[in-house]
Amino acid sequence: MKYIQAIKQNKVAYLFLLPAMLVMLCLVFIPLVQGIYYSLTNIDQYNMGNRFVKASYRFIGLQNYISIFSGEGFAEFSKVFRQTLIWTFVNVFFHFVIGLGLALLLNRHVRGRAIYRTLLLIPWAVPSFVSAFAWRWMFNGQYGFINLMLAKLGLQPIPWLSDPFWAMTAVIITNIWLGFPFMMVTMLGGLQSISKELYEAAYVDGANRIQQFFRITLPQLRPTIFVATLLGVIWTFNMFAVIYLITEGGPYNSTQILVTYAYNKAFSSWQLGEATTYGVIILSMLLAFSFFYTRLLKMEKEQ
Amino acid sequence: MEHRISKAERFFVHLTLILFAVISVFPFFWLVSTSFKLPSDVFSSEIQLLPPHFTWDNYKYLLTMQNHLFLQWVWNSVLVALLTTFVGVFLAATSAYALSRFNFPGKRASLFSFLVTQMFPGAILIVPLYNIVKNLGLLNSYVGLVLAYTATALPFSVWMLKGYFDTIPYELEEAAKVDGMTTWGTFYRIALPLALPGIAVTAFFSFITAWNEFMFALTFMNKQELFTLPVGLRTFVFQFRTDWHYVSAGAVLITLPVLVFFVLAQRWLISGLTAGGTKG
Repeated sequence: MKYIQAIKQNKVAYLFLLPAMLVMLCLVFIPLVQGIYYSLTNIDQYNMGNRFVKASYRFIGLQNYISIFSGEGFAEFSKVFRQTLIWTFVNVFFHFVIGLGLALLLNRHVRGRAIYRTLLLIPWAVPSFVSAFAWRWMFNGQYGFINLMLAKLGLQPIPWLSDPFWAMTAVIITNIWLGFPFMMVTMLGGLQSISKELYEAAYVDGANRIQQFFRITLPQLRPTIFVATLLGVIWTFNMFAVIYLITEGGPYNSTQILVTYAYNKAFSSWQLGEATTYGVIILSMLLAFSFFYTRLLKMEKEQ
Repeated sequence: MEHRISKAERFFVHLTLILFAVISVFPFFWLVSTSFKLPSDVFSSEIQLLPPHFTWDNYKYLLTMQNHLFLQWVWNSVLVALLTTFVGVFLAATSAYALSRFNFPGKRASLFSFLVTQMFPGAILIVPLYNIVKNLGLLNSYVGLVLAYTATALPFSVWMLKGYFDTIPYELEEAAKVDGMTTWGTFYRIALPLALPGIAVTAFFSFITAWNEFMFALTFMNKQELFTLPVGLRTFVFQFRTDWHYVSAGAVLITLPVLVFFVLAQRWLISGLTAGGTKG
């Protein structure tokens, strides 16, 4: 009865919310539950069924999880997982350092600030698949701009897309380039909301600029940094297009991260059950990370 | 409290900014340059910043290529992105309004549910969605893509717009209600026009999400004439030799409208983004 009354009282609010909630329910939450269920089945392209044939996959318990976490499956998983960690950490680290650094420079009275800011936002404005193509072209082994440049400097060309180490370096460089403007804009917004009086007081007290940075800027910026890096980790962890368009995960799976690997499992080898198992693992990792990251922040605050 | 800034320091600041600005612009500049080159100059081991033999041929090829495939891709992308924008803005505006203006049981939970979806990897949703879309017979249909993109863009749009509605004082709407206007009326006639900058940012964001998306488009559309631009352009990228002069020309045509709009509207876009984003 209480619920019915609550619904009646807030009928208008619920009506406004309903369309969006229905879309999220049908296209995000139900598929999520379905995906988790698929991870417990042997679904593949033959038994998934279609409009005319009934689906015939069956429940197999934790078998997909076991095959990922043992034997050959585990060797493959830990390789891809290690690559995902490197990919995520290096990317977010440089996004943050470059983004914050440039935001600090742009927050000062620099002549031509508006022009600099516009130019620095270009990587954000260009569609990401176009950027991926542009970088793939620049990394071309024979005619790519970077190798031509190295030759001009009298250096050896680098096998960008055919060597495992350099391929990973190439996709990471591309993604750093792609992602630092978002961090820069967010940090700039955060910097501009810090009260000038704090700096004036510190200046009067004789604090130098390094002290001001560590005692005022960083602590004041902390909520912004927290949200931006959390989103950064989630987005980078789930980034698909850059890797797929530049290296397609190769050579020898050396640039594969968990999402591209799961995608290939699904739509190249059609092991849909195992692909969704990877999906569940990725989701659990992100949830665990967000949980601990939030905790960490709260604990620090209380100290 | 202006610090005394030495000349050396000012020099260093400008040097850093110029360096990063060049790095930011260069890849796109290189595409533009390549798009006006003859194939013989594209595949040359000399660095030619500007095309030595300027040509429009690559653009002509794309615009007249067999069955006007490239123009078809442009049309597909525009259609899908516009539909996503319309549906997305409508859904985001109504739900953000409810979350900003009313207090009701389940409000925190629904806000949280929008946030947590950011974490769902495509890898887990795409298999069930593919299955659903296939069973509904919506593979190779714009509808499947539009629905997937709307759901992708919606959570961020709702958060941003809620933050924007929060910054608009409620008094005007209250007054209208006292005068007997319905809730839909106050929303449509008063709140929506006031939130126009926020709506614009949301529309831009939805459009860009759909315009840039690659994974769903790759999976849901398998007829060449139904590809969107990212998937279509990829067909020029062959395993061993890529027609970079065509890819570049296509990329420039795709980017230019977005880039011009972005540069013109950036002040506005960023202020809308930070107004919504930081209030959370």
